[in-house]
Amino acid sequence: MAKRLSRSGNGNGNGNGDGHRSPSERLSEVGEKVRSSQAWTSIFRPGSIFRKGYTDSPRNRSYVIMNSLLYHLHPVKVKRHAVKVSYTLCLGGLSFFLFIILTLTGIFLMFFYRPTAAQAWNDIRTLETSVTFGLLVRNMHRWAAHLMVISVFLHMSRVFYHGAYKPPREFNWVIGVVLLTLTLLLSFTGYLLPWDQLALWAVTVGTNMMGYTPVFGSQVKFVLLGGAEIGTDTLLRWYVLHVLLLPFVIVIFMAIHFWRVRKDGGLSGPL
Amino acid sequence: MTEVPEHLLRRSKERRAALGLPVPGEPDAGGGPAEASPAVAGDPDKIPPHLLARSQAAGAASPAPAAAAAAAGGGGTAVATAPAPVAKGPEGHTQRLLTVVKAGSIQDVRATPTDKVHVWPHLLIGEFVACMAMSAFLLVFSALVNAPLLASANYNFTPNPSKAPWYFLGLQELLTMFHPMIAGVTIPGIGIFALMLAPFSDKNPSNKPEDRKFAIALMTLFLMFWGVLVIIGCFFRGPGFNFTFPWKDGVFFDL
Repeated sequence: MAKRLSRSGNGNGNGNGDGHRSPSERLSEVGEKVRSSQAWTSIFRPGSIFRKGYTDSPRNRSYVIMNSLLYHLHPVKVKRHAVKVSYTLCLGGLSFFLFIILTLTGIFLMFFYRPTAAQAWNDIRTLETSVTFGLLVRNMHRWAAHLMVISVFLHMSRVFYHGAYKPPREFNWVIGVVLLTLTLLLSFTGYLLPWDQLALWAVTVGTNMMGYTPVFGSQVKFVLLGGAEIGTDTLLRWYVLHVLLLPFVIVIFMAIHFWRVRKDGGLSGPL
Repeated sequence: MTEVPEHLLRRSKERRAALGLPVPGEPDAGGGPAEASPAVAGDPDKIPPHLLARSQAAGAASPAPAAAAAAAGGGGTAVATAPAPVAKGPEGHTQRLLTVVKAGSIQDVRATPTDKVHVWPHLLIGEFVACMAMSAFLLVFSALVNAPLLASANYNFTPNPSKAPWYFLGLQELLTMFHPMIAGVTIPGIGIFALMLAPFSDKNPSNKPEDRKFAIALMTLFLMFWGVLVIIGCFFRGPGFNFTFPWKDGVFFDL
């Protein structure tokens, strides 16, 4: 870091020095002062690479994990077999990554979408034809959603075939099944939102099935549709489920899931 | 060991000659001033003789005049006057065994060393590559293949066939065989519940494939059952949800 600072100092040197020190020296002095200031040290925790730079040492390798909100979901060290891609196939991590992509692209789509029967389809059409990157982002959202269903499903299969649901991981397996169900529900609620023929009739098939729930069938259907049949109320209801309620719930369950992975001893051992 | 410089060797030789120590191992009563200690001479195997001689010589060198005078009297008195060269135990040992503590009685010795690696860089690199590969694939695929957007929703026109999303097509397939309450609610409900109960109903503690043939067979059967139903629902169902071959009548399926 000091090297980079001094190099840029040479570039900026325009006779500002007091005659005794070269501009690069003055600049590195300023850099030193900034990095030892209270403001700087309050932002960057001890061991941060922005304090003393990064040199490869076991201590700094630990600090990389401990000083990052995102990375510290990991432990500092893992068993060697857990690093092998052929063991986990990255499926759980990729499911989470797809969820992040879906969140980001979904926020973008929300700027151009109104969940009413009169406007929804036209908004999607406008998004595709006259919004910069609108078509690309919608495609990404759609394909990432299908990929997430597949990757969550494959993740569940992988965990089963490794016997990784056995004690002490029974509870995390149950959480995982809930996450699979929530993923399917998120995908299904999003299916209605384009409000085209595919959406309308797929959801008609789906909600008709749920209407056959024993005892409460018609009530379940009424609650899901927001009325006797699919309409603009259904669209609003499923929109709120899709962009707010289900993501909120799935994030809570994901937090428990990741936390329990750590608490139950990390990834399970090899076969 | 490095070589001892020549001048030091020479100096040591001179010093030895001055002290009368040509052969260190042999007790020479006449030569050294404090040489004739019977206790020391009797135990030559406890401390190497040349070391003993050297330390005695060093001890004798400082109080040289007094020691020399005392040494003239006889061998017995020299013991009292010469300073003890080394602190010794009863049998000439320089340390004593106080007690023996067996490992494991007060320490918790864990004989399970785990082979661990740092998450950074070993795991994070892999995760980064996986994320980048997934992003690249998604971006390219999205640039090439458009998400379907059919005509605007129309209550008065039912597409033939109407299909649920692909992951529910297994259930829709079951609808052709069972009452909707069985196919749409009971079977998927039992399926999800059975999945949740897997760790509690599978009491087999082993996770080796050869020990859990039944569990693996059951799960494979379960997954293949759904997989086959979904594939049939996606590609082998045409107008009226009747069975067709995709290569004969085309594919009636939107993702």
